[in-house]
Amino acid sequence: MNWILTILTFLPLVGVVAIALMKQPEDGSGDDNIKYVAIATSAATFVVSLLALFRFDATNPALQMVDRVDWIPSWGISYFLGVDGLSILMVMLTTFISLVAIIGSWSAIKDQLKLYYGFMLLLEAGMLGVFLAQDLFLFYIFWEFTLIPMYFLIGIWGSSRRVYASIKFFLYTMAGSLLMLVAILYMGITNGTFSTPDLIAGREAFAHAQNILFIAFFVAFAIKVPVFPFHSWLPDAHTEAPTAGSIILAGVLLKMGTYAIMRFNLPLFPEASYHYAPLIAVLAIIGIIYGAILSFAQKDMKRLVAYSSISHLGFVVLGIFALNDAGIQGAILQGFNHGISTGALFFVVGLLYERSHTRVMAEYGGVWRVMPVFSAMSLIIVLSSMGLPGLNGFVGEFTILLGSIGAESLAPRPWIYTAFATTGVILAAIYLLWFFQRIFMGPPVTETVKGLAPLKRREMGILIAFLLFIFWIGVAPAGYFHLMDSTVSALVNDISRAALALTP
Amino acid sequence: MEFVPPVIDYAVVWPLLLVAGMGVLIMLLDLFVSEERIRQWAPILAIVGLAASAIISISLWNSGRSAFSVAGGPPMLVADNFAIAFNIIFAITGILSVLLSINYLQRTGRDRPEFYMLMLFSLGGMMLMGMANDLILIFLALELLSIPLYILSGFASPRPESEESSLKYFLVGAFSSSIFVFGIALTYGATETTSLPGVVAAAQNGTTLLLLSGAAMMLVGFSFKVAAAPFHMWTPDVYEGAPTAVTAFMSVGAKVGGFAAILRIMLVGLPTLGGTWATAIAFLAALTLLVGNILAISQTNIKRMLGYSSIAHAGYILIGVAAAFNNPNGLSAAIFYMFAYAFTNLGAFAVIVAVEHKEGEGVLLENYKGLAKRYPWVALCMAFFMLSLTGVPTTGGFAAKFFVFRAAIEAQGLIWLVLVGVLTSVISGYYYLRVVFYMYMYEGEGQIVMKPSLASVIVIAAVATLLLGLLPGTWFELARQAVFHSVQSLAAGG
Repeated sequence: MNWILTILTFLPLVGVVAIALMKQPEDGSGDDNIKYVAIATSAATFVVSLLALFRFDATNPALQMVDRVDWIPSWGISYFLGVDGLSILMVMLTTFISLVAIIGSWSAIKDQLKLYYGFMLLLEAGMLGVFLAQDLFLFYIFWEFTLIPMYFLIGIWGSSRRVYASIKFFLYTMAGSLLMLVAILYMGITNGTFSTPDLIAGREAFAHAQNILFIAFFVAFAIKVPVFPFHSWLPDAHTEAPTAGSIILAGVLLKMGTYAIMRFNLPLFPEASYHYAPLIAVLAIIGIIYGAILSFAQKDMKRLVAYSSISHLGFVVLGIFALNDAGIQGAILQGFNHGISTGALFFVVGLLYERSHTRVMAEYGGVWRVMPVFSAMSLIIVLSSMGLPGLNGFVGEFTILLGSIGAESLAPRPWIYTAFATTGVILAAIYLLWFFQRIFMGPPVTETVKGLAPLKRREMGILIAFLLFIFWIGVAPAGYFHLMDSTVSALVNDISRAALALTP
Repeated sequence: MEFVPPVIDYAVVWPLLLVAGMGVLIMLLDLFVSEERIRQWAPILAIVGLAASAIISISLWNSGRSAFSVAGGPPMLVADNFAIAFNIIFAITGILSVLLSINYLQRTGRDRPEFYMLMLFSLGGMMLMGMANDLILIFLALELLSIPLYILSGFASPRPESEESSLKYFLVGAFSSSIFVFGIALTYGATETTSLPGVVAAAQNGTTLLLLSGAAMMLVGFSFKVAAAPFHMWTPDVYEGAPTAVTAFMSVGAKVGGFAAILRIMLVGLPTLGGTWATAIAFLAALTLLVGNILAISQTNIKRMLGYSSIAHAGYILIGVAAAFNNPNGLSAAIFYMFAYAFTNLGAFAVIVAVEHKEGEGVLLENYKGLAKRYPWVALCMAFFMLSLTGVPTTGGFAAKFFVFRAAIEAQGLIWLVLVGVLTSVISGYYYLRVVFYMYMYEGEGQIVMKPSLASVIVIAAVATLLLGLLPGTWFELARQAVFHSVQSLAAGG
């Protein structure tokens, strides 16, 4: 036991207990204390994740800082946490986005604070568990567990159609994951263990059923990502969720899907991964283009950002199923980028909504004249989401496209996939610039817009934190690639060897 | 022919004697002690009796003792680990049900000691069900279990709903008992014995049509008791009409009692029972799952909804039973499932009792509106119970489903049934979460009545549900021992 990952995962729960025991007087005098406890807990979690990052050895492809004890020994179920190049960035993303989302809720959430911050911290613990669990049973528990706080966050603090959106979100995801549970059980029973490394080592035992197992896993994850045609829960959930909920949904929860594909689908079922790669790449490209076109058609700015997520996540999935170094590295980085950029976009939208109480783009215009600094920052965020060179989005998308054009998994003509995917970049430029133009440019159209309150220091701080990452990754991505390099190479070697062994 | 008195090991009988004896004691005290005093003492006596019974049962763990063996034949009553596991479930169910009833009865002005007496008799029947090793004794247990329940369902008389419930339950119950006893008669005709090991041994020499129809009729009789489709029609009406405390008690007790006997037959017959039965039970399970879960969707009365939900849960337990035909883990999984179900369901009913501020009022889903704002802890516990019934991780309900599904996959050839179970779980998510969103996502004005006895049920149930969810391995190991040790002692004892 190294304890550090265990502490990291369960630290937010300490805050949950503390908040549960606090008193919340009717007059709201205790509100600030609750917020401080939540922020302090989340900040402490972030610090612990930084410690883990400093102890992380990027040259070692294997799992590190492993915590492992038997849980249900007779069935080979263990409490097993570990981190490697696939997950370290996701862990950092989780702690960062959670902290930002909790600080960002300061003035947006006014009722049932104890419950709200309790669920936010529970969600953080659940998400960290998903990225760190290396035992399928444990992973499944964390995976399903994240549904509960998110369901409440959407359902209680969401906007008008929140009940519909929350239950749709819950049932959709649950349906997918229960099918995965059956697959997990099958593999666990055939191999007598649920630990992922052991299952990968013994994958021959269920190789005969790998196509169907692959699908059971993939559908569960594809719903989360979401991959076309499993996306219909996303616009509702994103739109109805409170701002912090949307930030976490887009920033982290969707990455759980792409991460899990890389962690489980690829190494457990390598031949099936090759087998299905072209089909999934096609779905990814449909997602890229379809998401972009739908974004363009939205009147509600939150819905626009929601659909743009479908488009962006299509790139990530395409990168994964290029099944080579560049593709997978690009996918991981683009997952991180999307968390930053789209998280920031939802925050921008949330700031506007908090001030004017409308999400309809037609009721905006000319915000630049009123809030110039905010608008300039928003422009950079929009450009980053578009993939402008020099900012973070470009690095990720470029690497993915590079990976896909040389992908053996998409042979014989991988460039066709690349070509179609590239149109997504152009479409993104159209809908994002159009979005920016309608909200920020021109003269202020309404009195509400003219009277928009300037940014508070807290809000400014959050935006600066986002911008920092946007520039940092855009200018110097090497450090980020270095973190995942060795693990990704090992993974790619492993699956291509396994797949080659099969093809005559 | 000389009469040989049966060998009686009283240690085996004590758990039963304590429970039923305490019932008799309450009945007698009622005659001599002032009404005021007996009202206070009846629930306490009941709890003491049940707790003592549970402790004695636990002390018999791994002892493999038995009683009433006539002339060296198989014993009629056994206290193997399997029976002890059930005794513990029934003792817990009994204690929680008594705690849950105290305030409910006072509030509704039905605080009469015979309520606890009837409950204890019924619990005695349930315990006998798990210990019985003879068809006649099982029938006796079944009647002892059921008759007090018929009366309890009508305890809110002269409310017409309660009387209707009682009558319906009685008619259906009598009908199913007669089918069951006819099944016993046919089986006796085919095998010339009523002892379970004897029947199984005779069945090994080839099944006849007579035996087959006997067994089928017994299965039908049990299916009525545990409310498995298509023998479930009575459930929602009876659950809705009976006083809520009674509904809580029978939704767990009667169901687990029925399963105790089914599982006992499976346990004794494990090595010999054939594959046709596995298929029959698997289909029964699938149908029960579909019917229970789908019909629960449109309910607006929470008692009715939990009635359908209890049908659905019978289906999940039946998955374990179906798996048990070639995988003993199925039995252990079913036992674990009943543990988790008992705690979760009684916890949920405790909340329902609290919300039902006046008898028969406050049992609609609408009455749960805004509960979370006014009573955050009660709402949180209720949400937790609902999530456990759905089977979301970190709850006992999830662990239970996991074990049952696992056993079914291990058993080979039942993956289709697991898929049915999984998909119906998603459906169940919809109606359980409806309770949650009424509590959390709407505004409302309703009041609840919360007394220490009621709160203790909620707390015990919540803690137990959480523990079963977080440390499933420990508890499952006990359930596994309950089955395996019994199998071994059966094999040793012949």
